[in-house]
This record gives sequence, C-alpha cells and structure tokens, in this order.
Amino acid sequence: MQMPEPNPTILSLKPRLVTRLTSVLPKDAVIHEISETRAYECDALSAYRCPPLIVVLPSTTREVSDILKICYEEGVPVVPRGSGTSLAGGALPTADCVILGVARMNEIIEVDYDNRIIRVQTGRTNLSITGAVEDEDFFYAPDPSSQLACAIAGNIAMNSGGAHCLKYGVTTNNLLGVTMVQMDGTIVELGGAHLDSGGYDLLGLICGSEGQLGVVTEATLRILRKPEGARPVLMGYESNEVAGEVVSDIIKAGVLPVAIEFMDRPCIEACEAFAKAGYPICDALLIIEVEGSEEEIDMQLGLIKQIAAKHDPIEIREAADADEASRIWLGRKSAFGAMGQINDYMCLDGTIPVSSLPYVLRRIGEMSKNYGLNVANVFHAGDGNMHPLILFDANKPGDLETCEAFGADILKLCVEVGGCLTGEHGVGIEKRDLMSHQYTRDDIEAQMAVKDVFDPNWLLNPAKVFPLEDSESRRMHTMAAE
Amino acid sequence: MLSPRNEDELAEIVRSSQDPLAVQGGNTRGMAPEGIALTVTGLSGISLYEPGALTMVVKAGTTLAEVNDALQSENQRLAFEPMDYRGLLGTDGEPTIGGVVAANISGPRRVAVGSCRDFVLGVRFVTGSGQIIKNGGRVMKNVTGYDLVKLMAGSRGTLGILTEVSLKVLPQPETESTVILHSLDDRTAVKAMSKALGSPFEVTGAACLPSRDITVLRLEGFTESVRYRSQRLADLLTEFGNAETTRNKEDSAEIWRGICDAKSFHDHEGDVWRFSVKPSDGPNLTDRLETTELMYDWGGGLIWLKSGRGTNMRAQVGKFSGHATLVRADQETRDRIGMFQPALPSVAALSDGLRAQFDPRGILNAGLMTAA
Ligand SMILES: Cc1cc2nc3c(=O)[nH]c(=O)nc-3n(C[C@H](O)[C@H](O)[C@H](O)COP(=O)(O)OP(=O)(O)OC[C@H]3O[C@@H](n4cnc5c(N)ncnc54)[C@H](O)[C@@H]3O)c2cc1C
Repeated sequence: MQMPEPNPTILSLKPRLVTRLTSVLPKDAVIHEISETRAYECDALSAYRCPPLIVVLPSTTREVSDILKICYEEGVPVVPRGSGTSLAGGALPTADCVILGVARMNEIIEVDYDNRIIRVQTGRTNLSITGAVEDEDFFYAPDPSSQLACAIAGNIAMNSGGAHCLKYGVTTNNLLGVTMVQMDGTIVELGGAHLDSGGYDLLGLICGSEGQLGVVTEATLRILRKPEGARPVLMGYESNEVAGEVVSDIIKAGVLPVAIEFMDRPCIEACEAFAKAGYPICDALLIIEVEGSEEEIDMQLGLIKQIAAKHDPIEIREAADADEASRIWLGRKSAFGAMGQINDYMCLDGTIPVSSLPYVLRRIGEMSKNYGLNVANVFHAGDGNMHPLILFDANKPGDLETCEAFGADILKLCVEVGGCLTGEHGVGIEKRDLMSHQYTRDDIEAQMAVKDVFDPNWLLNPAKVFPLEDSESRRMHTMAAE
Repeated sequence: MLSPRNEDELAEIVRSSQDPLAVQGGNTRGMAPEGIALTVTGLSGISLYEPGALTMVVKAGTTLAEVNDALQSENQRLAFEPMDYRGLLGTDGEPTIGGVVAANISGPRRVAVGSCRDFVLGVRFVTGSGQIIKNGGRVMKNVTGYDLVKLMAGSRGTLGILTEVSLKVLPQPETESTVILHSLDDRTAVKAMSKALGSPFEVTGAACLPSRDITVLRLEGFTESVRYRSQRLADLLTEFGNAETTRNKEDSAEIWRGICDAKSFHDHEGDVWRFSVKPSDGPNLTDRLETTELMYDWGGGLIWLKSGRGTNMRAQVGKFSGHATLVRADQETRDRIGMFQPALPSVAALSDGLRAQFDPRGILNAGLMTAA
C-alpha cells in the first residue's frame, strides 16, 4: 500500500508547531519525541507503520478547535484517532501529520433515561457506554467485537456494526447528534435529542466519513432498554448451500433474530482446536439468537427449529441455560483469537447479497487453492457481511503480498455479485485503491466534492478512502499553496 | 411537463436545460418550486425483490401503491411507515417511492425502527450538472466511501434527482394491538410514553391525542407475544390509570393509520406545523403556543399542531432545540415565514456548499429548502 511522500516543508516546521501547540495545550498533551510518537505509528492494520510528526491529546472541544486552527494555518495534515483499532489503516499516520487522539476525551456529559439518550465525549470506549447505563437495564446497541477497546469516535468515523445489527442497526442508526470541529477550527452542532434532521442530513453524512470531514468530539447516542432475555440455537449442515437456504427461509417466515452467525468448516475446525466449544464438525454452522421473554423465545426458537429441521441438519442444539448459551457463543467469539494462534491473518469484510453466499464461498475455495493460502469464513449471515480470514506467514517473503492480492480478488468478487468492498471496517488505506471497482470516476468525484466543502484544503486524513491518483490534484494543490 | 422515460433521458434533459426544473414524483406534497415541471413517474418498476434477503430495488417513479402490493404478497412491508400527505394537504396524485425518500417521510414507527433514511440502502441520482451518480448498494451493510444515501434522503430533489432506490424491507408482523390510556394531561402522557418506550416490551408507536383524550401505545409481532406484552405493558402503566386494549388488529391499525396521516388535521381550517424536539421538551413548547389542534407522536418528540392562518409559530415559540416545519399554509404565508427551520450559520454554510457542488447552476427545485 502506497502512501504519499512526506512534505519536507512541513517536516521542517516541527519545532514551530510544537511551540504553537504547547501554547494552547497542557505540556503533557503534546508528544513529539520519536520514542513516544512511535506508540501511534499504526492501528490494527499493523503491517503498515509510520510514526507521525507530532501527537496531540486534547481534553475539550475548545482545545480540538485550537489545535485544528493552528494546523490549518500551517497547512499541516491531521489524522484523527480514537483507540487505533481500525482494521483498514484509517488511523495510520504519515510522517508529516499531526495525530489528534481523543482518548482523553472520555467523559459522560448526560444520561437521560426518559428520552433514552446518552451524550458523551467521543474518546469513550464503546463498551463503557453500555457500562454507564446497564444498572438501569439499558444498553447501547452497536457492538463491534472490538468494543472493549474501540472508541465511539472511531465507531462514528467508520459507521461500525456488530453481531446484533440485524435487529438494532449499525452506528448511523443509533446516532442522534454530534459536536464536530472542522479543519479551520469552526465548531458545528448537528442533530441533538430529536429524531430527524430539519435540513440536509449532515449527521448521516458525517457518520462513516472516516475522519475526513471533521473531528467529532461529542455524540448523542440512542440507548435502549435491555430485552427480557436472549437465547441462541446452534445448527450444523453438510453444505453451505443448505445453510444459506435455512437463513433465507427463516427470514421469509417473518422471524427476525437479533443475530445470525455463520461459520464454515475451516473456521469450525480452528475454533474447536482452540476453544473446544464442542461444535459439530461439518461444512456450515449457524448460530441464531432471539430475544424476548421465556415464552416468546420458546415460540420463536420453535419456529426456527421447525424450519431448520426441514433441511436435514446434522445437529440442532438449543441452549438450556446461560452456561450452554455461552458455550454456543464461545467458539464464535474466539474465532479471531483461534486464527491468530495458528497464523498471521488478514480479516476482510466485504458484503454480498445473502442469496449469493454459496456461490461466493465456492469461488473463495477455488481461489484459495490457486493462491496457496488457506481461508476461513465467519459471516454475519443475516445481513451478508462476510469476514473471510486469510491465513499467511508474515515472516515468509512475499506471503503478505500474495495475501493482499487474494484479498483484493475476494473483494472484487463481492462487488461483482452485487455487494460491496466493506460492510463495517471502512476503506482506509486498505481498500482505497479498490474503490474504482465499486464506483465510477463520477461516483468518486461526487464523494470528493463533499470533502471539498468540509475541508477545502484536504488536510484531514487526506490519503485515505479515495484512490491516490484520484485525490492527487486536490492534495497537491494544497502543497503547492505552501 | 417534461417526462423522461429512463435515467439517460433524464440526465440529458438536466444537462441541456437552461431553465430551473421543478422535480415531481406524485406531486402529493404540492411543493411547486419555480421552473419547468419535470416528472420522474416515467421511471417506474421494481427492478429486484429478494424477500429472503429483505431487499427491494425500485425505480424512483414507482408508486408507493405498487411497492406496497409487491411487499404484501410476500407478507413484508416498509417498516418506516410513510405518511400519506394527500388528506392533510388536499392534494391528489399517487405518492411515489422517490418522493418518499426525497422527503425522508417516516411515520409513527420511527421511534422504534428508524426513519426512511435508515431503510435506504442505495441510491442512483442525476446531479444538477446532469451526471448520473450511484451511492451505497443493495446490501444491508455497506460503509464503502461516504454515505451520500443519507444526504440524498431528505434533500427534496435539491441536490439531485433520484432515479432508483434500494430499500431494506421487513416482515409484516402477524398481528398488532394498542394499549390505550385515558385522560392524561400532556406532561403525564409524555411520562407514560417514556415509561413504555423505556420498557423491554418493544413498543412500536407512542402517541397522544389530546382532543380525543387518549394516549396510545402500539405492540406488534406474533399473536401470543403481543398478547403477553400488552398485558405486561398495561401492568407497568397502572399508575397512569386503567388501560384498555384494542379488541382486534383492525381497530389498532385504524388508530395508527389516523396518527400516521395526521387525520385530525384533515379539515382545511388553519395552518399546520410539525415540530421535532426532544420528547420531554414537547409539553413546555406547546404551553407557549396557541393551537386549535394538537397531537404528539414519537413519544412526544414529534408534535403536530394547527394554528390560525399566517401565524409564525416558530417566532411564537422562541429559541428551542429541534426544528419546525410549516407543512400546510397558503403560498403567501409559506413565502413569508419559510417552510423549513433556518439553520445555524455554520450548518447553513455547509448546506449551501453542498448544494453548490451538486447543483452548481442552481436549477434543481430552486427556492426549495432555502431559508426564508
Ligand atoms: C479484533 C477486532 C475486532 C473488530 N471487530 C469489529 C466489528 O465487529 N465491527 C466493526 O465494525 N469493526 C470492528 N473492528 C474494527 C474497529 O474496531 C472499528 O473500526 C472501530 O470503530 C475503530 O474505532 P477506534 O476508536 O479504534 O478508531 P481508530 O482506529 O482510532 O480510527 C478509525 C478511524 O476513525 C477516525 N477517527 C478517529 N477518531 C475520530 C474523531 N474524533 N473524529 C473523526 N474521525 C475520527 C480515524 O481517523 C480513522 O479513520 C474490529 C477491530 C479489531 C482489531
């Protein structure tokens, strides 16, 4: 993955920048020693690393505004950062950038159960939002697997999803308002505690814009009352096709589970070896969870099991109690960890129309043979969001490149069947150069035109999302203006 | 009236047009901006419907009736429950799906499942320069690039003319039921609705109709489940008096059809306003207003009210958090007061900037959605 050459003029500005930034921030909030900036050299796409010029850790929206004003005046690129768990390189620095980390902005500003909202500073972690309201039996619905670490800031920037989004939606569906600072330091309030937008839906536009339109410092989020209960059922099938049909039949029957997770044979085998969850070894495993009171759960699972039974399952296993339920989830939840034990892996996240699941899995199998790399599939089957994990050996020369080429082919396949490059991880640098497979030049141009409005000098996270050659003239224009 | 038959023709018309264009779907909102009328009803038909994947792709000019019929045959529906404006505005014509998306029209179920924009998976549109753009797709999870889908939903044809939309649809529940509370004042009604919406019983509608002296709460799903939850909800709300429950599905549906379409405002006396606020702010706000008819939906967050002709309710209420739309009034009043809430300067600058990018010549629905 190529990144633009650092601008030598900006590199030479470092001492002045440090002075200016320390004039608006506490001393310990400006990090510029190379030994310390290294901690910010990458996110969870750790194959790519580059220490930034400076790191700033503001505590208030006002400080964020002051920082951005300085960087704007000096023409310095800024890369916003939450917890650095992006799998797409969204928070990857360039040598000539200032990393603006919101980790210290982790206050809860307001909890309002009557109106079912919480307002927080965005450095707060996803899980701690639920943590703040669960005593009252409320929760924040979007639940990315990284929820212990990832920040609401990153969730908003990536429009992150989770296992339960089939029922509750992703970040954008649970976000009601933000305070955002534009690159020139202007503070903007969008949305609030009301449920729709008066003018253009700028809030919807900000969500998923990967830190390129503004730095989001505060957010109003919807909180929901916890369901009375939840229970999963596990079922194993001899083929992907059949498992795919089961999912489709369940949805058509009018049952809307909170989660439908799918694992293929390589994934099941790895999870069994690692977590010993007691899964049946078969070609396709489904974990389906429903919510409600005991009676409601019985009723829904009854219907689901009836449908499942028509398709000759190898096994149907319903959790009898909480312990069994957690065993059913155990393997799935440790899937990534299990893979990490065996190998280095790359996690993709293309989405496909649910109906093309069997075809796509077959093609991935064929490609796996051609590339000589193994792949395991975990899949949010209800919404078509795939997570193929390609296994490779980072110490073997050329393996990473082969893995990337394989990954790119899988994502192109997702687009070919009517899906998209990324369902929840974002484009970042990882899928940047594949954008032209999903979008025409005009489509990409229309998106870049939005950035022109919010950040006319292209200083916010500039080398992400769009193919470098497409964004070049805009980024260069800024450099020339120096 | 310009009436292109397909997307390419539409793009060509826009590209070569020297004059402003007034974009229309079914024209049920009677917005009538300046310019030559251009209807998208020629772009019609369902391109793809996969019930098992809960997705439908449909051309923008397709009537809502056609969409609903197709969904009904598979026992599915548009969960965001679009309002039919004809009764309120006294317009005729057939609402189109493109018009629904362009105005982000959402009904009572918004409070539980989201608004129209939450169910749009992808769009195709023609910009003011005549370019054909697609964004999003037809899959349920998609974060590839910026979300122009949200930007287009609710932009009322001022940034681009929608030609096709992909929608997430949901199963039609087996049944529904409404729990009815009587004789609550506005504040107590909002409290009751908050309590219901904050319960685990999945309330999919919460409204208060002061003129009928009722507060209503809707439950949907499988029959046994609805029966169970209605009972539990009524028990939870005993402090608000004895709750009554609708006898059957039809009675419940009729109540919500009326709320969705703002039926109590259908007589043509006076202007109609729509306020969107934080639910608990609702009663404070209406205290400050002189109204002849009032209704709270969305648990108190959506307020419909009727005022004397030509009154500026926005000015009467003063500073508040949220926004107010003048939905029904004569042309003179609309011109004078403005239909939409003026945005703060920082937000207005961004909106104007976007409009200049997507419609540099200012020919799409010129005059609409601008501050008065
Ligand atoms: C093990 C693991 C599992 C994961 N599982 C999931 C999953 O299930 N679902 C899912 O959706 N994702 C998942 N992810 C990906 C990742 O956790 C999400 O993308 C997350 O939202 C990133 O949050 P962060 O705070 O770490 O953001 P960062 O990595 O710090 O940044 C992500 C992006 O947000 C921008 N950004 C950060 N802060 C701001 C701000 N204040 N204003 C504007 N832009 C900002 C950055 O510039 C960058 O582009 C997973 C990652 C890992 C490592």
